[in-house]
Amino acid sequence: MNKLDEIQKRLLSEVADLHTVPEGAYNIRANGQSAGRASTANIEITPRETGDGLTIDIKPGTKNESVHIPVVMSQSGLKETVYNDFNIGEGADVTIVAGCGIDNCGVQDSEHDGIHRFFVGKGARVKYVEKHYGSGTGAGKRILNPVTEVYMEEDSSIEMEMVQIKGVDDTTRTTIAELKAGANLVVRERLMTHGDQKALSIYKVDLNGEGSSADVVSRSVAKDDSYQKFDAVINGNAPCSGHTECDAIIMDRGRILAVPGLEANDVDAALVHEAAIGKIAGDQIIKLMTLGLTEEEAEEQIINGFLK
Amino acid sequence: MLELRNLSFEVDENGKDKEIIHNISLTIPDKKLVVITGPNGGGKSTLAKLIAGIEKPTSGNVFLDGEDITDMSVTDRAKAGIGFAFQQPIRFKGIEVFDLIRLATGTKISVADACTYLSSVGLCAHEYINREVNSSLSGGELKRIEIATVLAKKSKLSIFDEPEAGIDLWSFNNLIEVFEGMRKDIKDSSIVIISHQERILNIADEIIVLKDGDLFMQGPREEILPKLSGTASSVKDCGKGMPQIQSSFSEKGECD
Repeated sequence: MNKLDEIQKRLLSEVADLHTVPEGAYNIRANGQSAGRASTANIEITPRETGDGLTIDIKPGTKNESVHIPVVMSQSGLKETVYNDFNIGEGADVTIVAGCGIDNCGVQDSEHDGIHRFFVGKGARVKYVEKHYGSGTGAGKRILNPVTEVYMEEDSSIEMEMVQIKGVDDTTRTTIAELKAGANLVVRERLMTHGDQKALSIYKVDLNGEGSSADVVSRSVAKDDSYQKFDAVINGNAPCSGHTECDAIIMDRGRILAVPGLEANDVDAALVHEAAIGKIAGDQIIKLMTLGLTEEEAEEQIINGFLK
Repeated sequence: MLELRNLSFEVDENGKDKEIIHNISLTIPDKKLVVITGPNGGGKSTLAKLIAGIEKPTSGNVFLDGEDITDMSVTDRAKAGIGFAFQQPIRFKGIEVFDLIRLATGTKISVADACTYLSSVGLCAHEYINREVNSSLSGGELKRIEIATVLAKKSKLSIFDEPEAGIDLWSFNNLIEVFEGMRKDIKDSSIVIISHQERILNIADEIIVLKDGDLFMQGPREEILPKLSGTASSVKDCGKGMPQIQSSFSEKGECD
């Protein structure tokens, strides 16, 4: 942590809620370099030989441990692609906190593309939290293009909370998942774009095993002139259940495109897609105004609640 | 004290002006529980919305404690001391019951204090305080939470638009106690309840009857209530045994 400057420390608290060195295993990447790393008896973090990422091995049966691998960038014009592989042993139960914060005060674009692959062992349970955040007043863009691949063995489960609330100019988030029998994927995405930001969120989930299930829910707000696309595909290739939902609020001149994609290749595949896009309901604002809030305060409360 | 002076409200219906409220003048005194009743379509809910500022009158004025609040926004009226419980409570995704009560009090309230408002409307507080105010709650639960927010706001004048609508018999009995409790603690405030329920009429200090947008009758309960028997605005007998509680159900089509 001593190697971090104040901007990097602020970014770290935004994306990983970290104010000191985290407990458990961690790697903090700052401006393309490791600013601190620790393994534990059960979780080993090894840098790739090429220096562009990490291999994280979690021993079978590891319980109630956590891994933090935040990335912070405060140097304008830095572009990097990082590959992190997570090997999660059978029966493990762990929390993984990732996330990236970019502060760009310069004129050149800063870009971090994180390619995360999760190999989730039989019966393992993972809680994954990823927050993206951008700040800085420079004309250079803050760009994040995360790719997440999830390969799930039988009866494993992963719950992914992915949040991008502020300051990221351009993002294409791609999530691919393949599930074996009894595996369960839950995704909770929260997204807010403003200014002329653009965010694409793409999901492709293959439910390949009997009893596998996926629940992909996105809540998003598009303000100003921003644009979002939610493109969620679930393929049901076995008796399985899948649900995708896009629940979105548009404000100002914001635009949102929701593209449902369900393909049932098995007669016992039950797949559902829901999408609702619209402005804040007028009666919600009026109710809060009757409690003494101004229209602007009411909108803020409604958005904050919606994205909580 | 609330005063309405020559209040009228018109809407445009198929290109023609339709008068919903016709030149109503009345006063809601302090320290009184006033029930507004009358047949459906008589303008009761519209009158409540005109008082809260949700609708603007076509003509006439609204005064709160002598101050003309006709041109005030909903927010400013709320700050001036008007509370309003919606007939159909609003759902919010992500906003929790605690958030709503906290916003209503306008202070950094503790969870324990917020819970007292829920308990007072007959909800088991710890089960509800962190629930989202969304469609996972039943109509009756939402209704009670709505009333709790208005209790929490502690207004000079609190208006409840058909608190009995959409809630079950057990909740209704509990609700009567809530309003009786409010009546007891009225201090310098006043309470307006829009209702068809005889049991609510029975706890009124004054009763106002609206019919076809006109002020049909107003006076002390002892004077008005006997006159209501046998009129169209009296409680409809929809099934034997529970005539008092049937009318709201009959309007909901739930009285089989």
